[in-house]
Amino acid sequence: MTPLVQLGRPDRTPKTMVTLTIDGQAVTVPEGTTIINACESLGITVPTLCYLETLRPVNVCRLCVVEVEGARVLAPACSRAVEPGMQVQTQSARVKHSRKLVLELLASSVDLSTTPGMSDLLEEYDCSPERYGPPEPPHAPGTRDAHIPGHHQPPNVAYAARVAQPTKVDNDLYIRDYGKCVLCYKCVEACGPDHQNTFAIAVAGRGFDARISTELAVPLPQSACVYCGNCIAVCPTGALMAKDEYDMRAAGTWHEEAQQVTDTICPYCGVGCTLTLHVQDDIIVKSTSPLENSITLGNLCIKGRFGWRFVQGPNPVASTGVSGRG
Amino acid sequence: MDIKLLDATPTAVERAAVDAVLGAPTNAWDGGARGSARDAHTAPGGKSVRDRRHELIPALHALQGRVGWISEGGLGYVCERLGVPPADAWGVATFYALFATTPRPQRVLHVCDDVGCRNRGTREIEHALESACGRSVREAPAGSQVVLDERDGAWMHSPCLGLCDAAPAALLTIAGETPVERLLGHVTPQQAVGLVTGSDSAPADSHVPELPQHGDPSLVLLKRCGVVDPTSLEAYRTAGGFTALAKARAMGAEAVIAEVSAAKLVGRGGAAFPTGRKWEAVRTQAASPHYLVCNADESEPGTFKDRVLLTQDPFALVESLMIASFATGASRAFVYIRAEYPLAADRMANAIQQTRDAGLFAAGFDIEIRRGAGAYICGEETALFESIEGKRGEPRSKPPFPVEVGLFGKPTVVNNVETLLNVLPIVLEGGARYASTGSGNSTGTRLFCLSGAVARPGVYEVPMGTNLRDLLAMAGTDSVSAILLGGAAGTFLRADEIDLPLTLEASRAANTTLGSGVVMVFADHADLRDVVLRIAGFFRDESCGQCVPCRVGTVRQEEALHRIVKGATLGGTGRELALLEEVGVAMRDASICGLGQTAYSAVESAIKRLRLFEVVS
Repeated sequence: MTPLVQLGRPDRTPKTMVTLTIDGQAVTVPEGTTIINACESLGITVPTLCYLETLRPVNVCRLCVVEVEGARVLAPACSRAVEPGMQVQTQSARVKHSRKLVLELLASSVDLSTTPGMSDLLEEYDCSPERYGPPEPPHAPGTRDAHIPGHHQPPNVAYAARVAQPTKVDNDLYIRDYGKCVLCYKCVEACGPDHQNTFAIAVAGRGFDARISTELAVPLPQSACVYCGNCIAVCPTGALMAKDEYDMRAAGTWHEEAQQVTDTICPYCGVGCTLTLHVQDDIIVKSTSPLENSITLGNLCIKGRFGWRFVQGPNPVASTGVSGRG
Repeated sequence: MDIKLLDATPTAVERAAVDAVLGAPTNAWDGGARGSARDAHTAPGGKSVRDRRHELIPALHALQGRVGWISEGGLGYVCERLGVPPADAWGVATFYALFATTPRPQRVLHVCDDVGCRNRGTREIEHALESACGRSVREAPAGSQVVLDERDGAWMHSPCLGLCDAAPAALLTIAGETPVERLLGHVTPQQAVGLVTGSDSAPADSHVPELPQHGDPSLVLLKRCGVVDPTSLEAYRTAGGFTALAKARAMGAEAVIAEVSAAKLVGRGGAAFPTGRKWEAVRTQAASPHYLVCNADESEPGTFKDRVLLTQDPFALVESLMIASFATGASRAFVYIRAEYPLAADRMANAIQQTRDAGLFAAGFDIEIRRGAGAYICGEETALFESIEGKRGEPRSKPPFPVEVGLFGKPTVVNNVETLLNVLPIVLEGGARYASTGSGNSTGTRLFCLSGAVARPGVYEVPMGTNLRDLLAMAGTDSVSAILLGGAAGTFLRADEIDLPLTLEASRAANTTLGSGVVMVFADHADLRDVVLRIAGFFRDESCGQCVPCRVGTVRQEEALHRIVKGATLGGTGRELALLEEVGVAMRDASICGLGQTAYSAVESAIKRLRLFEVVS
């Protein structure tokens, strides 16, 4: 498996160059390049949901599928490596159809209201998720965690099944709203082998009942979670969210467009992680780290992610709804 | 690895069950007693512990078999022994249908309600069980501290158990010191109630139906089944066993592969890939070791041919595995057998043991059995690797293909049981002679699983190219309304489409597939819409959940079909059929693996060929 980050000297071993055609344009890229990166070099954008530069591709959302001439089925651009002479179509009718259906299937089963860019995509692909039926009412707390694999009840014809369920709020730092989870596996990868090596969460169950879960679905404080929040950093839908942001959104005081973003260095230890502070009305409301930062790859620890409230004194501005605890 | 373990402690019984599989712990770091001075200074572990990850599923089986479910303490102990994070192990345990992660009685009857059984007695069994024993287990009981009387029994619905030739079928599991697992055929309602309540004792062995072609001299693959004692190496040798192995060793690996290629043998599991090409690709791989995996996870509804071969001719599979390993340079072979075939696993274990004891294995070679745990998806080759490696059965993205990056990341040959058995006649007679049977590129004989509305159900061996009409005549049919060819991932045929030569070419031209050799016959009075609903439910249940088109698409497909059948359509049947087509095309085009890619296949043929859901004007 290739390492995610090249430490030390840059890899200068000569690479065989591969020439392929994408949407009629020839492009030459080093061997091992993925189709999506080859597309990027041509300025062709391929939509993604489960893909992130800093994680190993899991190619599960299938939004990035493209048509490779001669192949029986479509290929995931995020993980398929280029081959010499490959003819790739990123906008064929088959591609558009599958993307449209993937978006509709997700939008009809998952709450995508806080997924950045989603409303544009749904419009671009002419999606009408409502045609699958009226949305199923939310599941009672814990019921989706108790499904037995391979044994389901017959569908209720009055509704289109959804994963809707109450938000899990079991700690002061972040919430898990699995009604918004598209099962992209990013949080599992970030918590596990790709970044944090904590392994507090995994995918449990199977099929439509598959869900992100701690062992025995215990609350986070009883799990192995170390509250680094690196799962929040990679979540593409807002299913994982800092509790401050969640509370402010609920109170209607979260105004992303009014937030200032400032980069600084985390003051806690000698690693020197870059912190991006999101400031609204002179109050820090969120802390992140840039994905492209070679030290952090977007990751922080509990202190960098959540430990900045002392900056604002003991009683942060009440109007933002920030609790001040944590 | 520094992992946070669970707080709950295992019972002595759970600990002993796990230790019986993993061996006793050697130090305090892997679950042993504290106190050794050495343990305070050194923490053995790291890679040597992580390398045992593949023992996770055998360890979970040990708990399930001993106490009937996997408790928090039991799971925690397995995690401690193998260095697996509890959340990760929980993800694995909750993936497989035959693992219970909440309390379940020790005695459980899994009643097949799949397409082969549901109209052949299952409903009567379900009614009897519902009135005598209450409802089936479908949801986990609330709370994890439910105390069960150990004499209690429960029953559950099950997908196809691979005993369609003795429908209705059921799988009985009784947890205990010596776990009982029996695959039972021709189950009566009274017997089912007795088995659940415990008033009826478990039969001594699994049901083994007699083969309809028993004793037919034209048989090649089935010739020893029911004739030669499947439990005796001597009997197998007396019947000519292991002569192919000796010949193969004399010929050399390249010559064996040349004969397999000349025979034009293709995979019998459903995908029909040329076996010789696969073997050659692995043989020439520089990476080592090479692995051989026998896919005996036959779970395609209506398929039971591999069960027959495994239970009635296990030594032939052992010999085939030895030849295949010799040809491809594999130092280890794995046989992945579905958990629903307990007798097959026992007989294979016995055959491997006897062959090993007789010193027939080449130096350094061994065959290991791995058991599934209730997941159709593990028949997909890369999901099967994941399962052997101790993970959730989630298919991998291809390329890379298994011949390059397979089990444990090494070059791997995966062959179906029936495919491997064909190697014996190819080696003995030569590829050209083998290829003279059959038609065109469809060579040799092929096993077909006849079930449903036929007088003599069972596995039939016929030359490739035999007409479906003739095959049906052999099994005896009366009134035929439709045939399911190739399994749930196959297609329906109308009664007027049975004039079909059973070859790869002809089936492809007729827009159908031989798949895994399923020929399920439905009589005139059969409720075909109900059958289609069951197939849709099957795919919904068996989807691994990884990719969106399959995970949600199978749900939307099932919902639309139910809306049509219940007369609750959204804007009319025509609109629902258009929706099904759109979802079906996306599943076929964009799913990761064959499950999603074929999940619309049978439904599509029910719509377009059988016209089961015609728009009423």
